[in-house]
Amino acid sequence: MLQSLVEMLNYPFIVRALIVGGLVALCAALLGVSLVLKRYSMIGDGLSHVGFGALSVAMVMNIAPMAVAVPVVLISAFLMLRLSQNSKINSDSLIALIATVSLALGVFITSLSSGLNADVNSYMFGSIFAISDSDVTLSIILSVIVLALFIFFYNKLFAVTFDENFARATGTRAGVYNMLLALLVAITIVIGMRIMGTMLISGLIVFPALSAMRISKSFRSVVICSAIISVICFIAGICLSYLAGAPAGASIVIVNAVAFVLCIGIGKIKS
Amino acid sequence: MDLIKINTENAFPILDCNNLTLSYDSGIAVNNVTFNLEPGDYLCIVGENGSGKSTLIKGLLGLMSAKSGSIKYNGLKQNEIGYLPQQTQVQRNFPASVYEVVISGCLNNRGLKPFYTKKEKTRCEENMRLLGIMDLKDKSYKELSGGQQQRVLLARALCATKRMLLLDEPMTGLDPIASNELYRIIKKLNKENGITVIMVTHDISCSLHDATKVLHMGKDMVFFGTADEYRKSEVSHNFLRCSCSNH
Repeated sequence: MLQSLVEMLNYPFIVRALIVGGLVALCAALLGVSLVLKRYSMIGDGLSHVGFGALSVAMVMNIAPMAVAVPVVLISAFLMLRLSQNSKINSDSLIALIATVSLALGVFITSLSSGLNADVNSYMFGSIFAISDSDVTLSIILSVIVLALFIFFYNKLFAVTFDENFARATGTRAGVYNMLLALLVAITIVIGMRIMGTMLISGLIVFPALSAMRISKSFRSVVICSAIISVICFIAGICLSYLAGAPAGASIVIVNAVAFVLCIGIGKIKS
Repeated sequence: MDLIKINTENAFPILDCNNLTLSYDSGIAVNNVTFNLEPGDYLCIVGENGSGKSTLIKGLLGLMSAKSGSIKYNGLKQNEIGYLPQQTQVQRNFPASVYEVVISGCLNNRGLKPFYTKKEKTRCEENMRLLGIMDLKDKSYKELSGGQQQRVLLARALCATKRMLLLDEPMTGLDPIASNELYRIIKKLNKENGITVIMVTHDISCSLHDATKVLHMGKDMVFFGTADEYRKSEVSHNFLRCSCSNH
C-alpha cells in the first residue's frame, strides 16, 4: 500500500490536486468556523450550486470555467447576504431558491447542448483530474489572498462572529465583514468545487469546524485545530480516492465524517 | 487604573438628548424624548414591552439615525460607549476563551490595524481584575455560569469605554444571588470609578435603589427625573402596582 502511495505522487495531476486542494481545505476550514458559528453554513451549499450553474454555462459557451465562475459566485454571495438581510423571504428559503434555480439552469443548458456527459458528472461529484496546469497558478493566488485576508481581519471576524450587536455598537462595520466572509467563502468554493464536486464541497467547510469545536475551547484553538484536521483529512481522502478508485470529493467527506466521530469521542473523554 | 474619576459638580452633561424621535417603516417607536445625563449619573430606563426602550438604545449607540431631534455626547465618541447587549443563543455555546471575548472590546477605534497592542492587552487584564474574572482567563466562555458570563461581557464593555456603560437588561436569566452581585459591581463602577451608567431594566424596585435618575418610557415619554422624584410620582405608583399584580 505504501508503495502505491509513493507511486501516486508520480502523477502530476495528483500532485496538482494535492497542492490546490490542500490550500482550499485550509481556507475552507478557517472560514468554516465563522460560517458554522454564524449559522451561515447553508450559504456555502447554495454558492456551490450557483458555481455548478456557472461552470456548465462556461462549458457550453467554451469559455475558461474559472473566468465565469469566480465573478458569478462572488455576485451571488453578495446578493444572498444582501437579500437575506432585507427581504421578506427568510434567508434559508432564499438560499434554497437561488441554489435550485442555478442547478436547474446548469443541468438544462448542458442537456440542450451536449447531454449530461462525464464533465458534468465530474462537476457534480468532483474529480482529481479536474485541475489543469493553468488553474493551479490562479488557484494558488486566490487561496493565498483568502488566507492573507483571513489573518489580517482575524480579530474583526471574531468580534463580528461572537457578537454582531456589540461590534456594530463599538464602530466595527459588521455588514462589511459579513460581506467579506461571504466573498472569501465564494472564492474558496469556486476553487474547491472541481475537486470536491458541487454536491460535496460544503462538507469541506462544515466538517472540520464542527470536529474542532468538539475538542477545543478557545476560538483560536478551534480555528487552528480545524485547519489541521481539514488538511490531514484532505490528504487522507485523496489517498483513499486513489487506492479505492473512488471520486475525490466523496472520499474526502467520508474521511471527514470519520474524523468527526473520533472528535466527538475525544470530546466526551476529555469532559 | 486609568479610569477617570470625574468631579460631578458643575459638570457639563455627558449626554444630551433633545426631542429625539426614532422611527421604523412601520411607525414611530420613540417619540419626542428629552433627557440629559451628567458624568457619574446612573440612569434606569424602564417601561413596558414595546415602549421603545430597545429602539432608544439603538439610537444612543448610533445604529439608527434620528428622524428628528438630536443626541449629543460631550467628551466621548459614540463608539466609546461600553455596551452590554442582551445575550444571544449563538453566544451561549460559542467556543471562545474569556480572554478572547474581553479583549475584543478593544476593537473600537483601532481602524484597520490587525493585531492587539501590548497596551490593549494590559487594559484587558486590568478590567478582568477589576471584575474578578482573572482566574477565568483561559476558561471557555460557554462553560461559565450566567453570572460569570455577564461579568465577562461587562469587562469587554469596559475595554471599549472609560466613561459610559449602556446595559441592556443585564439581569435577564440570572438567579437572585448572581444578579445582586452584578448590581453591586455596577454600583461600584459607578460610584468608585465615576462611570456613567445607563441601564434598561424590568427590575424596577432594585434599580431604584442605586439609580440617580429614571426615564420611564411609554408611547410618549412619560417621565424623566431623579430617582427620588420618580418614587413620589404617579407613574411609578401605577407601574409598580401593575408589576405587582402581574406576579
